[in-house]
Parts: sequence; C-alpha cells; structure tokens
Amino acid sequence: MGTSTQALSGRATDTQAAADFDRRNLDWYVDKLIAVIVFVCGISAILFVLGIFFFVTKEGIGFVFEKMDFREFFLTPYWSPSDAEDPEYGILALMAGTASVTGLAMLVAVPFSLGAAIFIAEFASGKTREALKVLVELLAAIPSVVWGFIGLVIMNPLLIKWFDIPVGLCVLNAGIILGLMAAPIMTSIAEDALKAVPDRYREAAEAMGATRWQVIYKVVLPAAKNGLLGGVLLGVGRGFGETMAVLMATGHAVNIPGSIFDSVRALTATIAAELGEAVVGGEHYQVLFTIGIFLFLVTFIINLSADLIVRGIRKG
Amino acid sequence: MATANPTMFQASDLNHHNERVQKRYRLLFGLMTLLLITPVLLILGTLVVKGGGAISWEFLLTAPTDGMRTGGLFPALLGTIWLVTVALLLSVPIGIFAAIYLSEYAGDNWFTRTINLAIINLAGVPSIVHALFGLGAFVLFFKFGTSILAASLTLAVMTMPVVIVATRESLQAVPQAFREACWNMGATRWQTIRRVVLPNSITGILTGVILEVSRTAGETAPIMFTGAVFFTPFLPQSVFDQTMALSLHLFVTATQVPGIADEVPFGVALVLIGLVLTMNSVSIAFRMWLRGKKKW
Repeated sequence: MGTSTQALSGRATDTQAAADFDRRNLDWYVDKLIAVIVFVCGISAILFVLGIFFFVTKEGIGFVFEKMDFREFFLTPYWSPSDAEDPEYGILALMAGTASVTGLAMLVAVPFSLGAAIFIAEFASGKTREALKVLVELLAAIPSVVWGFIGLVIMNPLLIKWFDIPVGLCVLNAGIILGLMAAPIMTSIAEDALKAVPDRYREAAEAMGATRWQVIYKVVLPAAKNGLLGGVLLGVGRGFGETMAVLMATGHAVNIPGSIFDSVRALTATIAAELGEAVVGGEHYQVLFTIGIFLFLVTFIINLSADLIVRGIRKG
Repeated sequence: MATANPTMFQASDLNHHNERVQKRYRLLFGLMTLLLITPVLLILGTLVVKGGGAISWEFLLTAPTDGMRTGGLFPALLGTIWLVTVALLLSVPIGIFAAIYLSEYAGDNWFTRTINLAIINLAGVPSIVHALFGLGAFVLFFKFGTSILAASLTLAVMTMPVVIVATRESLQAVPQAFREACWNMGATRWQTIRRVVLPNSITGILTGVILEVSRTAGETAPIMFTGAVFFTPFLPQSVFDQTMALSLHLFVTATQVPGIADEVPFGVALVLIGLVLTMNSVSIAFRMWLRGKKKW
C-alpha cells in the first residue's frame, strides 16, 4: 500500500488515482456523524444519573455543610420543620416509617411472587402460562397514584371494619398496597431468572428420574439463586423509593411504629408533601433535598448490589 | 433371552411419594399465584363498579366546576396528552439512538457495563428524587419555570430506560447475518442500520414506545413540582404554560377536595387506569402478533 503510493508519486494521474480510492463521500461523513450522535445518546444515561446527583446535591449541600448535625439528623425522631422558633430535622421516625412499610411489603410480596414465578415458569404451560404472564405484566403497569387511591378509599374502610381500629391508614395498609404493587414486578424478574437456567439442566435431571418438583428444588432454584436474589433486591429498591402510594396510604403521621396498626410517614412522602410549601433556597427546602441525596445514595447502592449479584451467576 | 422383571417398570413407593410431593407443591404455588392476582382483580372490579357511573362524554369533555367538586376532567386529560407528547418527543429519539449505540456500536467492556448500570439506576432512582432533580435542573437552573417543558423533561429522563431496553432487545433480535450481508455489499455502518436493522426491528421498537406512553401518563411525583398544578382555569397554550394532569388530578380529588362526591375520584381513577391498561394491552397484542409473523 505504502510502496504503491510512492511509486505513483509525481505522475499526472496521481490525484485522480487517489480520489478513486478515497471512500470519503457523503455517506462516509454521514456515517461518522451518526457514530458521534449515537455515542452521545449512548452515554446520556450516565450523564443523566450524574446530573441527578449533581443537581440534587447542589440544592441540598448548603444544609449538609453548614448546619447539619449527622447525629441529630439520623438519630432523633423529631421532625418539625415549620416551627418558626426552633425547627427540628430528625429523620429517624421517617426512616422507621419507610423501613416498616417496605419490610412488611416484602414479607407479603417476596414469598408470593417467588411462588408465582415458579408456578408460571416451571409448572404452567401453553395458554395458562401466556395468560398469567400477560396478567402479571398488566398488573405491574398500574400507576402508583392509583394504588394510593386504592389504599385510601378501599383498604382503609376494610381495615377499620376487620380489625376494629379507629384509622385504617397505617403500616399494614401501606405494606399490603406496596406488596401488591411490587409483587408483579418481582414475579416477572424472578421468572426471567428461572427462565435463564438452561433447559439441558432440567433435561439431565429429568433423565435421572427426578420429578418436576425435584428438578425445581434441587437444580433450577440453586442455579437461579443469584438472579432471584437480585430480583428481590430490585423489589426492595422499588418499595423504598415508592412515593405516591405511601403518601396516601400510611396516614402520614411522624411516628416510630409500635404495631402494624400505627400510622407512619415515609421519607419519600415527606418530600412530596412538604416541598410545595418550603421556600426555595431556605433551610427546610435544603433539608428536603438532603433527604433526596440520602434516598439517591441508598437506591444507588441497592441497584448496584443487585447488578453485581446478578452478574455473579453469568460468570459462574 | 432373560425375561424382563415384571416389577421393573412399576412405580415404587418412593416414586408415588415423590409424585404426591410434586402435586402438593404444584397446588401450593398455583394457589399463591391466584392469591397474588385475585385481590388485584377484585380491586379493579370495585373501581369499575364505583367509577363506571361517573364516566360519560360530559365527564371526559368538560372542566371541573364548583371548586372541583363536580364537573369533568377535560383539562387534566388534555394536560396529560401535552406532557406525554413533549416527553416522548425528547425521550424516544435519544432512547432509540442510545439503544443503537448499545446494540450496534458498543463492545463488551467495562464502559458498556457502566452505561447499563446507569440505565438500571435511572429506572431505580425514586420518582420523588427525579422530581427534586427536575426542580433543581429544569425549573431553577435552566429557568424553564414550572412548565410543561420542565415537567416533560423530568418525565423523559425518568422513563427513558423503557425505550432503551425495548429497543435494544428488538435490535439484538435481528440476526447478525443480515448485517454482514449488508456490509459485504460495501454499505457503511449507518446505511446497514438504517436500511436493514431498523426496518427489521421497527415494530419491536414501537412496542417499547407504547409502553413508555403508559409509564409516562401514570407518573405523579415527578410532575408535582415541575409543571403540573392542582387546578388552573386555563388550558395550556404552549410548552411554557403550567397544566393540570390526570395522575395529579386523581391525587387532588382523592385527598385535597373536601365534600367531593365519591364517584368523581373513582371516575378519574378509572379513566387513568383505563388509559394505562389499554396502552399496555395494545403493546402486548402487538408483540404477540409480531412473534407469530417473524420469518427467522
């Protein structure tokens, strides 16, 4: 290649020859241009995540550096931001609210969604399976504000009637709502994890005379373990970050719950309820953004661990 | 020629036991599935029964009256259409290009894994944190104010993973041989994508877009502080106006309006859920039709 261009040099047809080999026509430039555009869009997800962290931190950082006392912020349950004299910002009760609701929701959702995933992926077949999958997908699509509404107007009177309690907006209500909400998502992730186990594993076990249940229990579940765990973690992340349903179904009272019939208030719901009345740039406003930073970091860690766990099986 | 032992093919007690165990577990998991689905179906049924009476053309096409206690939800419906349209105009092109990058350009390395992790995170960050981001970035920093534009940008960032994931899947479903054949004819990478890969995956991409419409229409928290308002007597005229929205309207009628007739919020809930489930059903039907049609 190099020698031929040297040999041709000095000849009159040189430029002509070079132009013939030059493939840089319009299509070539379009191709390069598109490659750049596509790359920029490709990294946009990274830019957006960094942007979210940057802008939420930017608004909240003033409080973190100037006034925040970490011990008081995380370890006291007193939340009275609108007190003109001496506002208090302790998020312990809010964290307890989020944790109790998410915990109860997982207690409801994890066994049922794993059971449903096993039934759909391993036992059901043909039309039943297709129908169940479609149903689960549709249930996962119900918006969170509709779930909140259900908690408020359907679950609330039911709980009051069943358990003879004064208020039905409590940990139990929000936990059930959140559980019903997270279950379809966890079911489809878990079903994907079960489906990712190669069929030859099942065939080998069946050839040894194992029943369907033995195949599931001894072969499929161990092989899909990490994927299932990842799915559960993603479900926890969802519950932790859920806003509207929790805002409407918990009763929204700052309280460390002593029983499942107590009203509580969640971190996310606090931001949603109070951001509208906080003065932009004021202390209360900055505190709400500080809670936002905390929520962002926790969900980031949950998602990262879910991803690492799921990738663990792919390598193994 | 030894004769086969006649008991050889008979099930042993152990076999019977195992069979019974399997049946028991099958029943258990089937029941769990039922228990998971039935309450939701009952609840949806209740919504239909209680909200069905409110639904009429008048409910859909008139504005709320009497301090939102009566009247329809037209401004909220129109607002949701505005928000979804603007959000999709932003997120669909970027999402599709991002998926093209991931499927057609990116190698299998740490950088691609970082992008995938970012996508998972974008979908996993709490919606209220997206709202804080939208407020800090679009409303205040870029000075769009509380407007349809700011709210739609927030929604676009939040729901983009839906389009990216669906598009990436349908691009990767196009056989590699199609691309190789095209490259061998001297086509550039982009020509291959535009003339071979995209035409063969466009229906799959459309499925993702429809799903995104449904996701975007249902979100409430991200628009609460960025562009949607509880009530406004004006219909939006441009992307810089504030607007009402269906999802927020459900929250408002359910919690903020004292003395409202029960059937109004039920009606709003029914319209919202009808919209979302219809879009999802269309998307699912589309996907099934596509699977039946596929030639390779």
